[in-house]
Amino acid sequence: MNLFLDAFAWIFSPDRLTGSLPLPEAVAQHLAFTFGSVLIAALIAIPVGWAIGHTGRGREFAVALSGAARAIPTLGLVVLLYLLVGVVYKSQAAVVAFVILAIPSILAGAYTGFEAIDRSTISAARAVGMTGRQILFEVEVPLGLPLLIGGLRSATLQVVATVTIATYVGLGGLGFYIIQGIQLRDTAQILGASVLVVVLALVLDGVFALIQRLVVPRGVVARTARTRSTAAARPVPAS
Amino acid sequence: MNWVVNNLELIWGLTLSHLRQSGIAIVASFVIALPLGWLAWRYTRLRGSVLTTIGLLYTIPSLGLFALLWAVFGIPYLSESNLVIALTVYGVAIMTRSVTDGLDSVEPSTREAAIAVGYGPWRRFWTVDLPLAGPVLLAGLRVTATSTIALATVGILIGVENLGYLFTNGLQRRIIPEVLAGVVLVVIIALVFDLIILIAGRLLMPWVPRREGSRAERRALRRFAAEGAA
Amino acid sequence: MSALRTSRLGARIALVATALTVTAVALAGCGSSGSLDEPAATGGASGGATGSATTITVGSQAYYSNEIIAEIYAQALEGAGFTVERKFNIGQRDAIVPSLQNGTVSLTPEYTGNLLQYFDKDTTATTTEDVYAALKKALPEGLSVLDQASATDQDSYNVTAAFAAQHNLTSIADLANVPNLVLGGAPELEQRPYGPTGLKDKYGVTVSFSATADTTVDELVAGGIQLADVYSAEPNIKTNNLVTLEDPKGLFLASHVVPLVGSSFPADAADVINAVDAKLTPEGLVSLNVESKIDQKSSKDIAAAWLKANGLS
Repeated sequence: MNLFLDAFAWIFSPDRLTGSLPLPEAVAQHLAFTFGSVLIAALIAIPVGWAIGHTGRGREFAVALSGAARAIPTLGLVVLLYLLVGVVYKSQAAVVAFVILAIPSILAGAYTGFEAIDRSTISAARAVGMTGRQILFEVEVPLGLPLLIGGLRSATLQVVATVTIATYVGLGGLGFYIIQGIQLRDTAQILGASVLVVVLALVLDGVFALIQRLVVPRGVVARTARTRSTAAARPVPAS
Repeated sequence: MNWVVNNLELIWGLTLSHLRQSGIAIVASFVIALPLGWLAWRYTRLRGSVLTTIGLLYTIPSLGLFALLWAVFGIPYLSESNLVIALTVYGVAIMTRSVTDGLDSVEPSTREAAIAVGYGPWRRFWTVDLPLAGPVLLAGLRVTATSTIALATVGILIGVENLGYLFTNGLQRRIIPEVLAGVVLVVIIALVFDLIILIAGRLLMPWVPRREGSRAERRALRRFAAEGAA
Repeated sequence: MSALRTSRLGARIALVATALTVTAVALAGCGSSGSLDEPAATGGASGGATGSATTITVGSQAYYSNEIIAEIYAQALEGAGFTVERKFNIGQRDAIVPSLQNGTVSLTPEYTGNLLQYFDKDTTATTTEDVYAALKKALPEGLSVLDQASATDQDSYNVTAAFAAQHNLTSIADLANVPNLVLGGAPELEQRPYGPTGLKDKYGVTVSFSATADTTVDELVAGGIQLADVYSAEPNIKTNNLVTLEDPKGLFLASHVVPLVGSSFPADAADVINAVDAKLTPEGLVSLNVESKIDQKSSKDIAAAWLKANGLS
C-alpha cells in the first residue's frame, strides 16, 4: 500500500508541472500520437473493410493480414522504421508503425460488422428496392457500427500501449517517465507513471464501450433484448 | 545480411530464450483460462463481471503491468518471471473469453442428448463440451500464441533477454540487419506457432468441417476477429 | 463403436501432447538460466546465489560497449580455468548493484566516476586518483573494486564542429552566453548531478532538456538539439566530427573502467582481471567500440581478438 501512496504522491506533486516534460504535456503527446495514428489507420482500413464485407470478397486475405500483423513486434517495428527513415522524420516513422499496428483491428471490425448482419435483413432491403449503395450506407453501415467501434476500441488500446514503449526512440509520452524511473530506480515514479498509463487505457476503453452501446440502432437493441430473454429461459442442465 | 550470418549463435540463443518464455506463458494461459472460462460460462450471473474484469487486464499497457505486478505481488521488476507472468495475464485475458464463447457455441440439444444417454457432468465436459467448443478455443489459442510471441520482445526494456535484444542492441550500434532480423524472426516464429496450433487442431478435431458450424460458433469466431485482433 | 472412436481420439491427443511436451522440455533445457537467478529490483524478493564456488557470474549494463568489456572479462576467466556464466544487459547500475549484493552476479565492469556518484552524490573528488580512492571508501559492505584501467568512458558534452566554430566554443564555460540551448541525452540525465542542474550551478549555463535516448547523436547532427551527452569512447564522436567541450571545473568526474565485484567473487580470479585492466587503454577501448559499431563484429569475436592481441589468452 505504501508503494501506491508514494506513487500517488508522485503523480500529484507540483513538480510534475515543471521539468523537461510536464505531466499534462506527456499525456497530451501520448493522446496525440494515439488518436492521430488511429484516425489515419481508420481512414485506410474502414473503406477497405466495408468493401470486403459488402462484396464478400477478399476476406481470406484480410484474415491472413490480421493474423500476420498481430505477429509483428511493436518495439522492433518502431526501431526499424526509425533506423530506415532517420531522426528528422522519427515522429513520422513512429506514426507509420502505429498505423500498421492499428489497421488489422479496424479492418476486422469493419468487415465482421457487415458479416454479422442477418442475410435476411439484406434480402429484405433488396426486396423493397434498395440499390447496392443504399444497402451499404443505410443498412450495413449502421448495423455494422457496434463491431466497427469494437475494432476501433482494440486498435486504440493497442496503440496506447505501443506509444508507451516508443519513448525508447525519444518520442516522449507517458513512457518517458517509466523508462526514466527504471534508470533512476525511482519506484514512486515507475509506479506513478504506470498507474497513469493504465488509467488512461481504462478511461479510453470505457469511453469506447459507452460509444459502442450508444451506437447500436434502436431496433437492434429491442430484438437483442428479446432474444436474450428467451435464451435465459432455456434451462441450463445442473452439472 | 552479413551480420546475420556472423551472429547465428547469438540469434539462436536468443530464440531459445524467447521460445521458452513465450511457451510457458501460452501454456499457462490456456491452463488458467480453462477453469476461469468454464466458471464464467456455468454461472451466468458471474459471467459479465468475470469476463469484463479479465478483459480489462488486456487493456493494461505492458510497461504498466510489469510495475503493477511488482508493486502488488512483489515480483522482482527486472526479472524473467515478471515478463512471463505478465504475458500469462494477457494470454488469460484473451483465452478466457474464448473458453466461455466456445462452451456457449455447443448446441444445447447435443448437451441434453449426452445427459439423456447418461453422461455425468465431468465426462460430459471432457468428452462433449470441450471437444465441441474446440474450434472457438483453437481460434483463441492462435490469437494468444501470436500476440504472446510478439509481445515478449518488450521484455528487453526490463532487462529480460530474448529476441527483443536485437532491437535495442541494433539501435545502439546502428545495425539495421540486426533489427530487421529480429522483426522477421519474431513474425516467422509467431506464424509457425500459429500453423502448428492449427494443424494440431485439425488432428485433434477431425470432425470439424472446414466451414464453421453453428450460429453461436460463427458469432464467437467473428467477435474474435474483431476484438481478438488486438 | 464409440469406444473405438474415443480411443483413437485419445491416441491422437496423447501423440500431440507428447510431441509438445518433448519439445517444451528440450527447449527448457536449452534455454538460458531460469527464474531463480533474476536480479532483484527494489522491493522485490532477492534471488538465490548461483551454484558452485568456481562459477563466476559476469554481468553487464544494457550498453554494447560495457558488454564487450564484460565479455573480455568472461573469456579471460574461462581461459584461466574458471566456469563463467553470463548475465548481460541487466540495465543500469541501479539494477546491477542489488544483484552484486545478493550474489546473483559476482563481477561487472563499471566506471569509477559514475559509480562514485551513485554511492556518494555529494562527492568533491574529480581527478583519477581521488575518485578511485573515494570510491573504495564509499562502497557498501560486500562490494569492492579491483584495479582501474587507464581506459575511460565517461559522459561528456559535445557539440557539432559547425556549432563550436559559430560560437567559439572550447569548454563548457563558453556555453554560458549561448541562448536557446537544448541538451539531449538518456532520460535519466535530467536528474543526474551533472545534468541541467549541474550545468547551471557550476557553469551558469541554462539548458532545456530533451530525452533523446539512443537517438541523441542523430539529433545533434540533425540540429534538433545543440548539446549532447555522449560517452567519451563512442566512435560517433570521431565519425561525426563532434567537438567534446572541456570540463575545467570538473562537472564530470574522471571515470575509468573498473571491475566491480561482489563478495562471491573468488580472490584468485582477481589477478586475471587486473591483468586485463592493465592492458585496457583509452584508445584501445575506442577501437573495441569501433569494431562493434562500424565493423559490426560480435562481442565474442572482439573479445577473443583483443585478448589474443594483448597476449592474455
